[in-house]
Amino acid sequence: MIAATLAAPASGPGRRSSWLLAWLVVLAVTIGFSHLPRGTLDGLWEEVPRGMQIPVARWISAATAWLVDDARIGPVAFRDVTRGLAALLEAPLRAASSLLATGLMRGEGSAAVRLLPPLPWLGVVGAGALLGLHAGGARLAALMAACLGYLAVFGQWQSAMTTLASIAIAVPLGVAGGLLLGIAAYRSRRFEAALSPVLDAMQTAPVFAYLLPILVLFGFGPAAALIATVIYAMPPMVRVTQLALRGVSPEIVEYGRMAGATPRQLVWRVMVPSARAPLMVGVNQVIMLSLNMVIIASMIGAGGLGYDVLTSLRRLDIGGGLEAGVAIVVLAVALDRLSQAYAARAGHGLPRSRLPLAALAAAVAAWGLAFLVPAVAVYPEGWQVSTSDFWAGAIEWLNVNYFDTFEAIKTAVLTNLLLPVRRVLVAVPWWWGTFVIALAMWRIGGSRRAGIAAGFALFVAFTGYWAPAMVSIYLVGVSVLIAAAIGVPVGIASGLSPRVWAWVQPAIDTLQTLPSFVYLIPVVMLFRVGEFTALIAIVLYAVAPAIRYTALGVREVDPALIEAATAMGTTPAQRVLRVRLPLAAPEVLLGLSQTVLLAVSMLVITALVGTRDLGQEVYIALTKADVGRGLVAGACIAMLAMLADRMLTQGAARLRRRLGLAP
Amino acid sequence: MMRRALAATALSSSLALGAAATAQDSPDPIKLTLHDWTGQLITTTIMGEVLKQAGNNVDYVQADYLAQFAGLKTGDLDVAMEIWETTGREAMDEATATGQVENLGETGMQAIEEWWYPAYMADLCPGLPAWEALLEDACAEAFSTPETAPDGRYLGGPVTWGGFDEERIEALDLPFQVIHAGTDAALFAELESAYQRKAPILLWIYAPHWAPIKYAGEWVAFPPYEPACYADPAWGVNPDMTHDCGKPRGPIWKVAWSGVKEKWPGAYEAIKAFDVSNEEMGQMIAKVDLEGGTVEGVVAEWMDANKDRWSGWIGK
Repeated sequence: MIAATLAAPASGPGRRSSWLLAWLVVLAVTIGFSHLPRGTLDGLWEEVPRGMQIPVARWISAATAWLVDDARIGPVAFRDVTRGLAALLEAPLRAASSLLATGLMRGEGSAAVRLLPPLPWLGVVGAGALLGLHAGGARLAALMAACLGYLAVFGQWQSAMTTLASIAIAVPLGVAGGLLLGIAAYRSRRFEAALSPVLDAMQTAPVFAYLLPILVLFGFGPAAALIATVIYAMPPMVRVTQLALRGVSPEIVEYGRMAGATPRQLVWRVMVPSARAPLMVGVNQVIMLSLNMVIIASMIGAGGLGYDVLTSLRRLDIGGGLEAGVAIVVLAVALDRLSQAYAARAGHGLPRSRLPLAALAAAVAAWGLAFLVPAVAVYPEGWQVSTSDFWAGAIEWLNVNYFDTFEAIKTAVLTNLLLPVRRVLVAVPWWWGTFVIALAMWRIGGSRRAGIAAGFALFVAFTGYWAPAMVSIYLVGVSVLIAAAIGVPVGIASGLSPRVWAWVQPAIDTLQTLPSFVYLIPVVMLFRVGEFTALIAIVLYAVAPAIRYTALGVREVDPALIEAATAMGTTPAQRVLRVRLPLAAPEVLLGLSQTVLLAVSMLVITALVGTRDLGQEVYIALTKADVGRGLVAGACIAMLAMLADRMLTQGAARLRRRLGLAP
Repeated sequence: MMRRALAATALSSSLALGAAATAQDSPDPIKLTLHDWTGQLITTTIMGEVLKQAGNNVDYVQADYLAQFAGLKTGDLDVAMEIWETTGREAMDEATATGQVENLGETGMQAIEEWWYPAYMADLCPGLPAWEALLEDACAEAFSTPETAPDGRYLGGPVTWGGFDEERIEALDLPFQVIHAGTDAALFAELESAYQRKAPILLWIYAPHWAPIKYAGEWVAFPPYEPACYADPAWGVNPDMTHDCGKPRGPIWKVAWSGVKEKWPGAYEAIKAFDVSNEEMGQMIAKVDLEGGTVEGVVAEWMDANKDRWSGWIGK
């Protein structure tokens, strides 16, 4: 697909074939490097020598130290400002957690006295179900009850409420911040231009990379976890806001102007309300991404479900880890479906209803009842269920009976695919790699983008991360190939048949919200540590958008075109391969660019099973408390992701023009 | 509360050290960090419960083992009960060098880290546990996998743990390759998997931990570590190379924010006095991880059985 895009005609078939030839030569040279005898390339030709590397990491570390220890704004130390901000954030966090998890406490630590108990489980389940009924009817009410019920039945209640409390603060913050930034970017072109690369960095830099600076500035605790979560979850809201405001119909805006609205009123009273439905899509993304952060947040003092997942897996209690992980999924599903239902109704205006009031009443009533009936307050331990033994048994059974089969598959993939690709990519010297990247970008996106791409590649080379970056490219590249090979066919099937989609959708939702750590450990048991295990984990996580976007593209093909094709006497297979698939190609490419982004974001996680790539560098920096090194390695990852993303989106745009789908 | 504290201050200034020392302590909670492995949860909970007995206000905070140093330096976190010589030394030294973190001495537990193999491997490589057995090709072959054959496969710890295994293999001329696990969860997942299948495995294990209690096995007996082994090439069987010996065994340290001494002098002394042995810790870990007990229950049991000891720590 990429080759086809690269060789696409600029003018006439002659140039096209000469470009194809050029790319074949580039490929041959690239492979050629791996056949050079060791030591043929030396000095600068092999890698940027240490003396010529730019010590960006050291500069950043020094700057952070200065910021923390010496920086002042007037008479106030910079650190006191950030600390004050953290204290400000901690207040609502504590309120939410006393409502849901701990109860109202006076005092601190073990000397604290509980004045009032938290909301009882029965009250929360009841209120959730009633809200579900209000937003989406009986089916949603049942779903809400089932999701929240799961938390109680499987003994996850206490942790889940701690997590829910932090989500309940993180999501409004992310939404509000995203909305404000999005509006500002909508109003000012200049601000938008400045914001766009920042958003890119926020979305692509691994969280581990900026965790340390946050800890240093905001202190160790729930507030720091909250800030990391908001940074991670906010960017989609900003982007959605910009899109949504731009999508408001000009007549509505004009009408607002004629009615004499000030610019501020125009935005808040006219545009935001009328863009409510698309804005809710952003809210959904914030919810999902906030829940993605639960594991990492637990590492810096947020506790909750993430901590349970980590502790269970340290004990090799796979079932326990899975149950806590599924609790995260279940929370995500409940919050997502509820907000989606509200979003869907927002367009038509919600009917006046007493149900939200009833939900509040139910919660209060259950809270009162809990004083009399303890089983209402805390779900009794005797009623709890655990499937832990079942999972341990299942993995053991697979392991004992099928390990040899797994081993054979693994060896085949390693020797035929992974190792050859790896050998080629690792041998590519930095100057040739930079040239190829710039050439490809120039071909797809023009000279300005090619310049940026070359700059990124040189940054990686001159900060000394070329070798781990090539390992990262190899891992991501192969994973994306496999994810595409699985995702595109499954996506086509899901796009053609709603029944297939009904099965596929919950599966990919789960894959995206279940913490990858949960399935990483069983995969290690069956495939040992190493790059193959990393590959499986990346593919599992990154396959979802390939499926989702392909299905979308195939489904949305203009029915008139299908009818025309049918009238021409095509077979069903021809209609899929010759009509639907080519027309869906831009969506497929967009899906693949999302797949690449997710695959890159998994690099830090796969470092946990022993890969030696940029993710490992970030992880090592975290364990050595080296702020600069972590940020630079993180920046390299972000640059890789942006490069891949630009190439694919530009490629998609070109394809769309070629297919006549866009001007 | 205030009046009592004042009275106590007045009293203790005239009394000898140790008497009612904790009454001078600040009523703010002392924040002890909890990590994600059972031994550390037990150690920390014992310390916390003992401090509560002394009248201190205690709070447990979940934190990452290495990320916590950022908090310990600023006083966001106060006490970390288990910093292993073997894995945490670098971060600890960096933190104590700033003067914001203080090393409160050993916990009494000794970290053991070494190559380890399950008991059933003794049949395939009869010379073990002597390290010389690993030199034989048949032994290396028994420990090999398709990726490493004919060399043996040794599963090392995460890169960040260091450990000098590559150097050890070179110095002792062992026909083995090091494969690094990324985390210790991955390390033990491989052990569990191999043990279920009675498959060959040779890996980095540390103690106190549940693994050497749950699985029957043995440490490889390398020439015992001496500082000279790592520094002086002439030392040991290989006259030209360092690292021709086993891994060092080292204490597990207690560290605290340097402000603890001023703010909670009584607790400071109690934390310094804390002392448990590898054996008792191993048994407690096994009770939780293998027999399904709770950390709180096991700690309460220990508190009942060792009242004399912990009373001594808090000077009662």
